[in-house]
Amino acid sequence: MKQQTILEVKDLTKYFVVGRSIVSSGEVVKAVDGLSFDLFQGETLSFVGESGCGKSTTGRLVLRLIEATRGTVSYKGRDVAKLSGGELRKLRREMQIIFQDPWSSLNPRLTVGQIIGEGLRRNKELSQAERKRRVLEMMETVGLRPEQYGRHPHEFSGGQRQRLGIARALIVGPKLVVADEPLSALDVSVQAQVVNLLARLKREMGLSYLFISHDLAVVEHISDRIAVMYLGKLMELASKQAIYSGPRHPYTQALFSAAPTAEVGRPADRVILSGDVPSPLNPPPGCRFHTRCPHAQDDCRRLEPEFRPLESGHWVACHHPLARG
Amino acid sequence: MFLKRLLKNKIGLIGVIVIGLNIAVALAAPLLATHDPLTINLEAQAVPPSAQHWFGTDEYGRDIYSRVIYGSRISLYICLLSVVLATVGGVATGAAAGYFGGLVDNVIMRCMDALMSFPAILLAIAILAALGPNLYNVIIALGVVYVPRFARIVRSSVLSLKEKEFVEASRAMGNGNIYIIFRHILPNCTAPLIVQATASLAYAILAESSLGFLGLGAPPPAPSWGNILSDARNFMMENPMMTVFPGVAITLAVLGFNLLGDALRDVLDPRLK
Repeated sequence: MKQQTILEVKDLTKYFVVGRSIVSSGEVVKAVDGLSFDLFQGETLSFVGESGCGKSTTGRLVLRLIEATRGTVSYKGRDVAKLSGGELRKLRREMQIIFQDPWSSLNPRLTVGQIIGEGLRRNKELSQAERKRRVLEMMETVGLRPEQYGRHPHEFSGGQRQRLGIARALIVGPKLVVADEPLSALDVSVQAQVVNLLARLKREMGLSYLFISHDLAVVEHISDRIAVMYLGKLMELASKQAIYSGPRHPYTQALFSAAPTAEVGRPADRVILSGDVPSPLNPPPGCRFHTRCPHAQDDCRRLEPEFRPLESGHWVACHHPLARG
Repeated sequence: MFLKRLLKNKIGLIGVIVIGLNIAVALAAPLLATHDPLTINLEAQAVPPSAQHWFGTDEYGRDIYSRVIYGSRISLYICLLSVVLATVGGVATGAAAGYFGGLVDNVIMRCMDALMSFPAILLAIAILAALGPNLYNVIIALGVVYVPRFARIVRSSVLSLKEKEFVEASRAMGNGNIYIIFRHILPNCTAPLIVQATASLAYAILAESSLGFLGLGAPPPAPSWGNILSDARNFMMENPMMTVFPGVAITLAVLGFNLLGDALRDVLDPRLK
C-alpha cells in the first residue's frame, strides 16, 4: 500500500558550536548529522535512542524551532526553511509540539483558558464567545473539566498539565504533531492514560505523530514505524513489527534487549554493551557505533556505513547487518 | 494573596506603614502644614523649635516643619518618577538585550557597563551639569543613573525565561517576538523587578537629597529635603536642630523603602513558590 508522504526530511543536520570565545573558535557538537526519513500521513513514527542522541533536536528542527545547519524539511512538498515569515506562521498551525516537561512548558501566570486559547489568537474572525466555546470543547476532548477554565497551571497534577499541553497544541488543528517525550515526566499510571489519549486523538483528528521517546514499552504500543538513533545518526528505520521481531542493526538489538519485559522465566538473551556513548564533540570515525559494537570489523572502523534499504521499507546503516529473524 | 503574605511579614508591615505615612503626609501637606513653606519671615530668623514653629525656622524665617512636610512631596515625586523612568528604560533595554542576544546584547550591555562604571552621584552631577538644574532634569539624571541595574536584572531573567518551553510553544503557534516578550517573558520577571524598584526608591531618596545638598537638586527655594538640609548646614553650630528634622525625614523614608524592599524579596522569592 502506497501511503501519502506528509513530511520528507533529507540530510537534516545540526551542528552546535560550543565554547566559542575570543581566544577559541569553539568545538562543534554534531547533534544531528545527515538524517533522511519520510513521515506518512496518519502514522506514528517513533524516534528512540539514548539520551543525547539528537532525538529532541530532530523534533525541533522539523518544526524549524531551531534552524538547521544543512538539509531540507519538506512539509507536503514545501521546503519549510524557504518559507517567508508570514507563510511560516500559517504553516505553524499545521505542525505542533507537545513537550516533555509539563512544568516548564506552561506559563505559570496564565490561566487554562488563556493557555489553550493562545493558539486561536491569530484567528481574528472568532468572537470572544466562540473562542471560549472552542477552548472548552478542546478541554473536554483531552479530559479537563470546564470549571478548570480559570485555573492556573500550578493547581494541576503532572498528568493534567500534560493534557493541557496537548490541548494547547491541538486547538490550532495541526496535521503533524511532534511529541517530545511527552510521557517521561509522568507517573506510570498516568502515562497509560496519556498514551491512550494520544492514540484516540490521532484517530479522531487524523494526526501524524513524530513521537520521541526512550521508553520502548510505550513505543511498542503507539508506533507504526520506529527510527533508531545513535549519536546524531539514524541506525535503523523500519516498521514496528520488523524492528521487534528481528532488528538488523546490532545497536537496535542491544537497545531492545535492554528493555525490561514482564514475562517470567524469559531466557536472558541480552546483548550487553560495554563502554559509554562517545562524545558527540568527537564522534568515532567510520561507523559511529563501532566502539561498542560486538560485531565490529575492520571496515567499520574506517568506512562510514551508508543508510540503505535492506528490503522494502527497512533501512539500516551497517556494513554487516544481522541476519533476519 | 501576595499582599497578605507581605503584611504578615513584620518587617514588611513596618515598611508599609512608614511608606504609607510618608505618602499620606505628602498628599495631605496643605492640611498638615502650619505655615506657607516659602513665606519669608525676617522677624523670626533661625529660631529654635517653639509652639509657633514646631521645628523652628531657617535663616530666612521659613517654618521648617512646613518645609519638611511639603518637602516630602518634592522628594517622593522625584524619586518615584526617576525610578519609573529607570524601570521603563531598564526593562526595554534589558529585554531587548536578553531576548535578541548577539550583537544587540553586546552593544546594549557595554553601554550599561559604561554607565555603571561611574559612581552614581558623580554621573548624576555630570548629567545635571550638562542639562542644567531643574526638577525634571533631576528626575532624568537619576533615572539614567539607575537604568543599568534594571537592565541587568531584566536581561538575566529574560535569558533564562526565553529557554522555557512555553516560549517555544508560543513560537510554534506562529506568534511574533513582541507578543512573546510581552505575554510570556516580562510578566514572569516582575518579582525581581519589584524588589529592585523598591530598593532603588531608597537610593533615589538619598541621591536626591545629596544633589539638593550640593545645590544641584530641585532649584531653591523649593523645599526638597536635600535643600532644607543644605540651608540648615550653615547653622549647624548655632542651631543644630535645624539639620535634625530634614535628616530624620530622609532617614525614615530610606528606612521604610529598605524594609519594604527586604520584605518583598522574602515574599517574592521564587524558591518559596
